[in-house]
Amino acid sequence: MIRTAWLVAKKDLLIERRSRVLLWQVLPFGAMALLLSGLALGPAHAGTSSAGPGLFYLVMLFVALLMINRSYVIESTPGTRASVQTLGLDPAGVFLGKSLALCVELWLSGLVLLAGTVLVLHTGLHGALVALPSVLVTLAAMSAAGTLYGALTAGAQGAATLLPVLTLPAFAPLLVAGERSFSAALTHSGLWEWWLIVAVALVAYVGVGILLYGVLEES
Amino acid sequence: MIKQLSQRLLGPVTLLCLALTFWLGLWVTPPDRIQGNLVRLLYVHPAVAWVALYVSFGTATIASILYLWKRTRSFTMDRIAHCAMEVSVVFIVLTLITGSIWGRPTWGVWWAWDARLTSTAILGVLAVGYLALRRANDDSTLRARRSAVFAILSAINVPIIHFSVQWWKTLHQGATVFTSNRQLLVHGSMAWTLLLSFVGFTLLFFWLLRARYRLEVLRESTQQMMLDEALLLRQREGVM
Repeated sequence: MIRTAWLVAKKDLLIERRSRVLLWQVLPFGAMALLLSGLALGPAHAGTSSAGPGLFYLVMLFVALLMINRSYVIESTPGTRASVQTLGLDPAGVFLGKSLALCVELWLSGLVLLAGTVLVLHTGLHGALVALPSVLVTLAAMSAAGTLYGALTAGAQGAATLLPVLTLPAFAPLLVAGERSFSAALTHSGLWEWWLIVAVALVAYVGVGILLYGVLEES
Repeated sequence: MIKQLSQRLLGPVTLLCLALTFWLGLWVTPPDRIQGNLVRLLYVHPAVAWVALYVSFGTATIASILYLWKRTRSFTMDRIAHCAMEVSVVFIVLTLITGSIWGRPTWGVWWAWDARLTSTAILGVLAVGYLALRRANDDSTLRARRSAVFAILSAINVPIIHFSVQWWKTLHQGATVFTSNRQLLVHGSMAWTLLLSFVGFTLLFFWLLRARYRLEVLRESTQQMMLDEALLLRQREGVM
């Protein structure tokens, strides 16, 4: 399972490195969304608002949607899924590999956008650094959940529009917990309870993914 | 014989229970000391929410698990899950509407950013998403598997809704029928009316589920007949 996971993750990341979609399309989109968030708040409030953590996660959510879609689009060429199935790869390993690749991509985007939040929305640097571990765990949970939901919509009619409808409600608790732990880091208050919720969600999504991904791949 | 009788009686018994609930709720039970006549809405809202969250979503989830489990895998389970989810959407919307009507005079707003309200609305979007997912897949096996997995994933939200009033302590009140020591907090005609409303709306769910299931079976058989006819027509064209 681990070997398969490693192989799949390496394959997905290699495709990303060669295509550079994350660098030239997704990250500029994220940066633009962050700037627009500042504009929506208004110049007077953009630098002083406590909405920074929430806006950061909202932008990350859009970035995650793009990356989840991308993760399955690269396998949409005719015969790719069938040939992966005939290779007899362990579905749990495939799930873990795709989640890992997506997680690395989201972590990279998260680091860039976190720096953007500090720069544009004037979120405290120290607080952002304290929040960093919780941000990484939240993004890992998002990638595990996103991999599952991506597999659910892969190849379906209108997959690109269906994906947000299915994924956003599932991401809502992660968004809330992530935002609260980020805000708690900024105000030096109770951080651990929100961390715990995100960690439980991560374990739950990885567990469900390992158990059920095979069913989705079977079809 | 018993099965046929229970099927025949389901509709009339449901209507009788609901009619009694409305009669008791509107005319027999007294107004509340604090809420006045507004309390009468509580003979509808908790029962509708009970059906939306636990009965219908629970039925859809159990049927989905049974579909995924190889020993019990059949399209009957898939059909039950689908029909239960459709009925669930109706009950979730009713829960939100009745809650909102109660919330306006009590809380002063139609909608509040309360943990239970928000998580219930999210469950509604998930239920609609389930139906959208079904429409997006033409292959019946693929559709059944994907929607079963999605129903199980969505069910994670139900315990979140249930415990939201304890975890977040926002506007929505906690358990008001029983205390944490299982002691009844509602008494007399109010308690009986409340109990009857739970029975009535649960029966209504099964009645609607049965009707929707029969409709789905008819729809599938009509589709099959049309397909057979089209195939026969093409065969004849080939012979000619």
